[in-house]
Amino acid sequence: MTALPFEARRDQVHRKGDGTFRLACNRESLAGAVSQRACVFCGARVVLYPVADALHLVHGPVGCAAYTWDIRGALSSGPQLHRLSFSTDLREREVIFGGEEKLYRALTELIGRHRPAGAFVYSTCVVGLIGDDLGAVCKRVAAEQGIPVIPVRSEGFQGTKRAGYAAACEALFRLVGTGPTDGISPVSVNILGDFNLAGELWIVRGYLERMGVEVVANLTGDGRVAHIARCHGAALNLVQCSGATLALARRMEEAYGVPFRRVSYFGVDDMAEALYAVGDHFADRDPGLPGRARELVREELSILEPRLRSIRADLEGRRVAIYVGGAFKAFSLVKAFRLLGMRTVIVGSQTGTAEDYRELHEITDPGTVIVDDTNPLELSALLLEQGADLLVGGVKERPIAYKLGIGFCDHNHERKLPLAGFEGMLRFAEEVHRTVTSPVWRFAPRRAGSREVCHA
Amino acid sequence: MPESAAPAFVSTTNACHLCMPLGACLAFKGVEGTVPFLHGSQGCATYMRRYLISHYREPVAIASSSLGERQAVFGGGPNLRQGLWNVITAMRPRVIGVATTCLTETIGEEPGPLVEAFLAELAGKNPGVTLPRVVTVRTPSFGGTHTEGFRRAVRALLKALARPGPAGSHLNLLPGMASPADLRHLKDVVRAFGLEAAVIPDPSDPLDGPIWDAYTPVPPGGTPPEALQAAGRARATVALGCMAGDASGPGAWLRDRFGVELLPLPLPVGLRASDRFFAVLEELSGRPTPGWVRAQRGRLVDAYVDAHKYLAGVRAAVVADEDLAVGLSGFLAEIGVHVAYVATGDRSGSLEGAVDAATAGLLREPPAVREEVDYYTVAEETRDLGLGLVVGTSKAYPLARDWGIPLVRVGFPIHDRFGAARQRVLGYAGTQDLFDRVVNALLAQQQEASAVGYGYL
Repeated sequence: MTALPFEARRDQVHRKGDGTFRLACNRESLAGAVSQRACVFCGARVVLYPVADALHLVHGPVGCAAYTWDIRGALSSGPQLHRLSFSTDLREREVIFGGEEKLYRALTELIGRHRPAGAFVYSTCVVGLIGDDLGAVCKRVAAEQGIPVIPVRSEGFQGTKRAGYAAACEALFRLVGTGPTDGISPVSVNILGDFNLAGELWIVRGYLERMGVEVVANLTGDGRVAHIARCHGAALNLVQCSGATLALARRMEEAYGVPFRRVSYFGVDDMAEALYAVGDHFADRDPGLPGRARELVREELSILEPRLRSIRADLEGRRVAIYVGGAFKAFSLVKAFRLLGMRTVIVGSQTGTAEDYRELHEITDPGTVIVDDTNPLELSALLLEQGADLLVGGVKERPIAYKLGIGFCDHNHERKLPLAGFEGMLRFAEEVHRTVTSPVWRFAPRRAGSREVCHA
Repeated sequence: MPESAAPAFVSTTNACHLCMPLGACLAFKGVEGTVPFLHGSQGCATYMRRYLISHYREPVAIASSSLGERQAVFGGGPNLRQGLWNVITAMRPRVIGVATTCLTETIGEEPGPLVEAFLAELAGKNPGVTLPRVVTVRTPSFGGTHTEGFRRAVRALLKALARPGPAGSHLNLLPGMASPADLRHLKDVVRAFGLEAAVIPDPSDPLDGPIWDAYTPVPPGGTPPEALQAAGRARATVALGCMAGDASGPGAWLRDRFGVELLPLPLPVGLRASDRFFAVLEELSGRPTPGWVRAQRGRLVDAYVDAHKYLAGVRAAVVADEDLAVGLSGFLAEIGVHVAYVATGDRSGSLEGAVDAATAGLLREPPAVREEVDYYTVAEETRDLGLGLVVGTSKAYPLARDWGIPLVRVGFPIHDRFGAARQRVLGYAGTQDLFDRVVNALLAQQQEASAVGYGYL
């Protein structure tokens, strides 16, 4: 393997076939390496953000709220409150004398102004250090205003983004179980770990409803406080996205006996598997359900397959690099690219676990590089070494690909195309096709074999 | 106001300002071979990178000391050292610009002495190896806005690098947070006067560069550190923006420390502000404004005349960083737009006076001028103003959409349009670009709203 820029990260990069597989992960990012990861606050913020009728107040200096203003394309079918950026905008005065009073006044003012169904109050680095008692302020405001006001322990430095997922799950769990469960069908699910980016959750929800399954709550895409409060009445939790909501599903299983299944809605195989899993789960209560699931899949595939075939002809043999936030999405992407005839040559994530990486190792081809918490220097070296034609990632990865003359697909918060479900797979294939087959690459110096564009 | 008085506001909704370290990173990006480095939690660097990448559409490396819980308790020194070492060995920068964050400021960690000790140790262990210069700046988010962070970083760069010596004939030009295309234009016109000027800082190439054939950890371009060294020996400093003459700013520091004459000027947006800028260049060079620049001025006035009726009576709001807000107000007023409302997230106290000066003699009634506001307040206060136009960053889009009026996007950030780095507003040429965009935004609005859909406008 090419010499990598950081010796200290050697055990976070592995090429399948080079000795026994072991990948270090879930550790703090290496200082100075320009990690693509954000922080605990980010993890909590992205998970809770799509709850559309809640007030999301960031208790801290203005930056944390400003950089996450409307950051995710998480769509709501009703209220749009989640798209506003609320901050206590702490100043020197509060850092010295404490920010509890300001927080109390901010919550009171904003709840009065927007009448939200609930409020999440995010803690940031400064708040963790000055020791404001978020819990006490939230409790007081909740009592005065008569809505749930939930503190989120998301001080940026208290771990990695994964710790933020845990903080979000903790906050959601406080809401779960507080609402009435009457009238919920015995054939019912909650959708956990889908954030309705570009309307993806609506696609999945549509499939389930076509099959005759009631969806009690979405956590958190197009989420509502009241739905989450009663979601312990659902018969099954469908959990997508490895880190973000799995902890919540486990807590709900312990506390309320709601079982869960891990699913993914990306790619044909995984989408079909998810629907079959629901069908099988409820087969005793609704014997027709497995059949309806198969029928739905058949129908969707008959539309999809001929169109995928023509796209595949152009993409066959191309080489893909995948670098995403959570590893779970990477599993689906590897499979989806296989369906398109493309080969995954690099796959990595910001927050994968040892279990995630073992599974990635299993499903990839020999020679594939598996990487945890990479950085621009390392990723670019790997992209060139592995001869990637396409990088799948987020906004921060995009310019790395483009500067090197490599195609790019956004599969992160800011995507504007719904990529979930069968129709999402087609859209994804079209998106891959658009970038990989563009004529512009022939002008990129690396592909053209010329160095003339080098900077003067 | 006494320190303990209650704040005038209790929360911010959709802030018009960003935090100090972002401004500092932007300034550091403008010095050749420099890697910005945030001493704090990993998230700050990543968020700011994403914010800048979405605007410039370029890779933006910002390193972090990635402090965790242990370091927050026991101090971030070891992480700072490890982070600097990794940046030095992997990216080989000439300069590292270390800015503090809320986290390190709250635990009271001063990076200067830590950095000095580390560099001394490295120099002892690695004789003969050229180590980068490490410049530190204190930029807690709670202490000011991104524009203040930018100024502090420029001053810190000068304090660290500028050296005394015999006075030269060269100039310093402090442009503030200008776009790459504006910076290129400024350099062209200054050169055309036969003047030698160091633009400090100059991120035009690092933030708007060509495609690469290999990954480039530190993109080429920027103000050479040598030019910063020579800044103390310059004949004069031309500083742009409404805080250009501020006693704690970088220009004043050069004046006070080295006796370099400071010529503060408003940002040259619009005809009158550009005239002042070019008059100063004439004076400094002893030469008349070059013919091609005079021709740009002539064409600009010609365009003002050709389009004046499309603009008459339009009421506009300006929401931007304070320097640009002043420039835009002056420009809009001189083309016959009624500037009804000028707002900024900045809080230097200089906006109102600067807007008055920029619009002097042009407006029938002065605009409402607001500092330290958020977009929620802007929306509340502009609801009944009968606005026909908003000029500001792309964060004003929700407001313009609600009002059903066009937004002309200028400044930083622009996250929903392409080519922000290539946008110009400075000088006659930049004003011409801006003017055409303003007129066309209004024409497009008129055309789309019309049932007829006229083909000639």
